[in-house]
Amino acid sequence: MILKSKDIIGLYDMEADEISYILDSAATMKQLLLQNAKKMPHLQGKSIVSLFYENSTRTRLSFELAAKYLGATFSNLGVSTSSVNKGETLLDTGKTIEAMGTDIIVIRHPLAGAPKFLGDNFSGHVINAGDGMHEHPTQALLDMFTMKEKFGRIKGLSVAIIGDISHSRVARSNLWGLTKLGAKVTLCGMDTMMPPGIGQTDAIVTNDIKEAIRDTDVIMALRIQKERLESEFFPSIREYHKFFGINEDVLKICGKDVLIMHPGPVNRGVELSSAVIDADFSAINTQVTNGVAIRMALLYILTRRKNDDA
Amino acid sequence: MTLKICGGEIVNPAGDKSGKLDILIEDGRIKAIGKDLGEASQTIDAGGKMIFPGFIDIHCHLREPGQEYKEDIISGTKAAARGGYTAVCPMPNTSPVMDNAAVCALVMERAKQAYTKVYPVGAATAGLMGKELTEMGELAAMGCVAFSDDGRPIENGAMMRTAMQYAATYGAFIMAHEECLDLKGKGVMNEGYYSTILGLPGIPRAAEEAMIARDIILAESYGLRVHIQHVSTRGGIEIIRAAKKRGVKVTSETAPHYFSGDDSLCRGYDARAKVNPPLRTCDDVEAVKQGLLDGTIDAIATDHAPHHRDEKNIEFALAASGISGFETAFSLAVTNLTDDAGLLARLFAANPANIIGKPGGVLKEGAAADITIADMNIEYILKEEDIISKGKNTPFIGQKLKGVVTQTIVDGKLVFDGEIL
Repeated sequence: MILKSKDIIGLYDMEADEISYILDSAATMKQLLLQNAKKMPHLQGKSIVSLFYENSTRTRLSFELAAKYLGATFSNLGVSTSSVNKGETLLDTGKTIEAMGTDIIVIRHPLAGAPKFLGDNFSGHVINAGDGMHEHPTQALLDMFTMKEKFGRIKGLSVAIIGDISHSRVARSNLWGLTKLGAKVTLCGMDTMMPPGIGQTDAIVTNDIKEAIRDTDVIMALRIQKERLESEFFPSIREYHKFFGINEDVLKICGKDVLIMHPGPVNRGVELSSAVIDADFSAINTQVTNGVAIRMALLYILTRRKNDDA
Repeated sequence: MTLKICGGEIVNPAGDKSGKLDILIEDGRIKAIGKDLGEASQTIDAGGKMIFPGFIDIHCHLREPGQEYKEDIISGTKAAARGGYTAVCPMPNTSPVMDNAAVCALVMERAKQAYTKVYPVGAATAGLMGKELTEMGELAAMGCVAFSDDGRPIENGAMMRTAMQYAATYGAFIMAHEECLDLKGKGVMNEGYYSTILGLPGIPRAAEEAMIARDIILAESYGLRVHIQHVSTRGGIEIIRAAKKRGVKVTSETAPHYFSGDDSLCRGYDARAKVNPPLRTCDDVEAVKQGLLDGTIDAIATDHAPHHRDEKNIEFALAASGISGFETAFSLAVTNLTDDAGLLARLFAANPANIIGKPGGVLKEGAAADITIADMNIEYILKEEDIISKGKNTPFIGQKLKGVVTQTIVDGKLVFDGEIL
């Protein structure tokens, strides 16, 4: 299968069968990942550059390992030390990286639409590793992969996403991806953290956490950006945890076994209690492993697309 | 030197002569309107076309002085003439700001070579900073028809009240750019479904409506006049409609893009659709049309905001706001609003003339011969390369439009006749 777009910008514009194909490919990649010798030839001769205008630990490292396990050359353009700080535009940075023979750029950017803009001006492939409040497609794909691994399906699952929906690219990408594959998505947070127009999507929206998690299969808690949000959108971490934090008491409401997920890094005792984070029904560490598998799959699918074109 | 326009249909809601009549022009003025006007040294065959009083654009940006790479008074008025305008009102947010007599004198001097009449709007406060009044008396005497901090709101309500009162002293008034910067926050497009899909910070409609309400209340409280610029929301229009019913001295304008496109045009991060106020929802588009049809909105003004290509070919949040509008305003109105020529004449000519208190907006014997001739039926695809303004930034490129200005006459001189003369 060949993806219709040369770039991975978001799940809003991706077809359901494309998403399924990526998830299936990731299952194969996970087999390779779990074997002893993690060096495969799939991306031999390919050059991948990461361009991160925002901090990241796991996403950047996970792309780097995925690229290296598959035999690609991987370079990280340290944005703080590059000419970006001298005022070079993203357009020109993209042209420069292109001129060095790069096949794929992985970009994280604080401005929504920056990866799309880069992709429109770069002949190779662009993968969005998170742009503003827009999308974080690889995170949502690894989340969906984790759910599929646990439940064997996406269709018919109930997924509750809890927290700052408004500023969350993870919530958006999951909403688009999960609903395309037939899951029911409930978004839960205080009204100050709900994006405008969310009622026009397929999401169920509530600010009652009990309602959100009662019959859910998956609880996905989002990271609260304490430093940015407190006092602007809610008065205190204390009150946030009291009404939207997930602890063992809250989980008693759930009618069945529930999978706990979080895109990380977790604020312990804020979005999730420590006991919940470390419980055996928490998939947080599995998500990290699956993140590498998903990124291996995407890198492979994109480079293969180029070969097919040629 | 005489010029005769033959065979067209005169659209003249503010005058007493209309219909299939000829116009004879001599020495820059309309000498006669009627039939069998005799020979002239030059004749325009306007058969099948509409003859309007010259269009007056009460809101545009000519970018001179300071940003001539975007547009200048010559290139801008060429584009305006092509759009059928015989007079334009450039806003003062130039560099330096037109907040003093020296900059005003430079603009007036350059305007002598312009292709249209230029009636500048002076800054209401020094540097558009909202802190100190400008010398409005002197600026009005030099030719400024109104005062505005366009591009920025006058945030402080007390300053707005003072500016409205001070302008009134000299027979002038404030054109208000309505935007509450606190409510706008970091917004770059209309707040709603599409801003959520695109993950872009939204500008709520309340940011515009709250300020419209404030300024209407100020005008009403003190018996002053205010003109509301680029109205874009249903709520704003309803506030204006109610105020007019109460007899408040308020006039308003909208721009063609607010009745021709909604916020879905921002999809794909198309920065050509980035404008301030932002393109709103399809419901607002309907309300803007209704407001124009029922007279709540008095005028169509272009808010012509030319930008350099590099300022639009960039991440959406970093892109400049504004749409190049002179050359598409009439077509967008015919295509998306109405083919009622009488209404178009009021919105493009008669009402704008009344708002700024300048002659024009009517075709009558003895008046300056400012005339716009248009073919209401020609259809065409808007192409970037056909735009003669330096600013090619419009989201309507590629669209099929209807209605074309064919000739523009300023003070009896044919300045546009299919091409700039």
